[in-house]
Amino acid sequence: MMPWEKPSIAGQSILYLAMLLIAVVVVFPFLYVIAVSFSGFKDVASGNLFFFPLHPTLEAYRWLLQGGAVVQALGISLFVTVAGTAVSLFITVTMAYGLSRKHIPGGKFVLWLVMLTLLITPSLITKYLVVRQFGMIDTLWALIIPSAVSPFNLIVMRQFFMSIPNELIESAKLDGANDVQILWGIILPLSKAALAAIGLFYAVAIWNSFFEALIYLNNSQLYPISVVLRLFVLQGTQPADATTAGQVAPPDLTVQMAVVVLATVPILLVYPFLQKHFTKGVLTGSIKG
Amino acid sequence: MIEKLTGRASTKSAEALSTMASVTGERTNKGSASAAASKKPGSRPTLWRSMVRERWVYLLLLPGLLYFLAFYYLPLLGNFIAFQDYSPYLGFFRSPWVGLSNFAQIFTAPDFATVLENTLIISLLQILFAFPVGIVLSLMLNALISERFKRFMQSIVYLPHFMGWVIIISIWQQVFGGDGFLNHLIIGMGGHPINIMSNPDFFKPLVVLQVIWKETGWSTVIFLAAISGLDSSQYEAAAMDGAGRWRRLWHVTLPGIRSIIILLLILRIGNILSTGFEQIFLQRDAVGLRAADVIDTFVYDRGIVNGSWSFSAAVALLKTVIGALLIFTANKAAKKFGEEGLYS
Repeated sequence: MMPWEKPSIAGQSILYLAMLLIAVVVVFPFLYVIAVSFSGFKDVASGNLFFFPLHPTLEAYRWLLQGGAVVQALGISLFVTVAGTAVSLFITVTMAYGLSRKHIPGGKFVLWLVMLTLLITPSLITKYLVVRQFGMIDTLWALIIPSAVSPFNLIVMRQFFMSIPNELIESAKLDGANDVQILWGIILPLSKAALAAIGLFYAVAIWNSFFEALIYLNNSQLYPISVVLRLFVLQGTQPADATTAGQVAPPDLTVQMAVVVLATVPILLVYPFLQKHFTKGVLTGSIKG
Repeated sequence: MIEKLTGRASTKSAEALSTMASVTGERTNKGSASAAASKKPGSRPTLWRSMVRERWVYLLLLPGLLYFLAFYYLPLLGNFIAFQDYSPYLGFFRSPWVGLSNFAQIFTAPDFATVLENTLIISLLQILFAFPVGIVLSLMLNALISERFKRFMQSIVYLPHFMGWVIIISIWQQVFGGDGFLNHLIIGMGGHPINIMSNPDFFKPLVVLQVIWKETGWSTVIFLAAISGLDSSQYEAAAMDGAGRWRRLWHVTLPGIRSIIILLLILRIGNILSTGFEQIFLQRDAVGLRAADVIDTFVYDRGIVNGSWSFSAAVALLKTVIGALLIFTANKAAKKFGEEGLYS
């Protein structure tokens, strides 16, 4: 579109229509699942399920949240996400700072080691054997440590640190500060947006992680929400303590969809922040070079 | 590629690409810097002194370095079990060496042909259908006049990318499954219900559609960045010469992002034997192995489930080697046609 050109009305309307259609295709399934999770027994049985629940009820949520496997799994996922994000950020930030410093003997070699992992990844078999060798099988460490650092996030963080003027670091050094103090006292306060963005990316990835839990955990007491979601929704297993307190359980379908919603809500909660940092170009900056 | 084992098919290539771009950019700078450094005589004492001076930097590098050594390079080194008959009781060093027999076994394994076929079909369908959709959507988003509406659309189409596959498939199950929205609709209109999610014939197109639904929005990130980096004077010049919107799209925009498209395609071709694990694994039970088993799930079954460590490591190693060869070949072919390629 050239500035002096008038937009073609027909063209733009077709485009807008297509866009709205795409938006509906993306959003509708989410709305439908939410609607089902709030629907009552009668509507589920008769198939009266639309974008909105006809007779909204909290039955499924009340039943799920009174305790049992789902609550426990949500707790585990929350713990792993918080602890894992902290660990991931710690390793990423320290290493990114180290790699952002120039003229460090061996620094280029370490950078090269990191870059190579973008192209060559170890197979799940040998990685599993290493994780087992470290004694992490059937511990929550397996969900936190083996996939703690994303080389991509590390590189983005490094690019960000490199954009901070070197004079700040040099003058702090003249004042006698060492690199740990500089990272903590100068670099990190200047990098809040990048930290938030990368932290959120890590948090969402850890919350969603399924594969690690599948291969490293056998003990069902440690299952995070993704694995429990698969058990209940895709494999149709009923919660082990389904009939606690002699209550009549709400229909399977609404309970299943309520589990889906509970697993999705944390992502939806952070999504606006993620989106904000994303459009700010914190991450795309490195793409544009 | 950057297989974070989370099966994020299209981002993977976008991520690798951007990083590649930054590495190649740096390489030229570094080359001249090291050339200048090597001229200085008596570098040994200075080297030691500067290492001592930078000890805090080494301290900061340490956790990350240990991480990469432990969880990338140790497993890579561990690939030697592909040439052993590895047994956990004997350990890495005492298991017997068997040469290439694990690799020979791959080709005689009865179901491997099916696995390879499924993998290749799914990958090719994705390259043919899922890959171009991202380009089209980027062009459409770019053609929107209202910046606000464009941002609104972006925030909608990026959303599914941030949901894990378990969530995505649960949702699809609810829309297209036996007891899902589609069937309620069909029954409501007096038709016969169909179950798309458990029909082996639908499996491959379904997998591609899911990837399109989940990742197309996210894949526009890199194309939009490339489009926004194009020189606006080229558009003006084309418009002066009387080129309309479509001609400008064809002669300015598409050639402008061609090198990015080709880079992503090279990476995608290198990934042709990876279909993403989670998406397939989660739906495999519903349609059966015949239609849905791919190399990644095959390796999981044979290794983690059955304990044929060496055999599955051999399959995975072969997959990596073929992937590297494919990237190398695709890059060479791109260069032959006068493209920049992935590396020089």
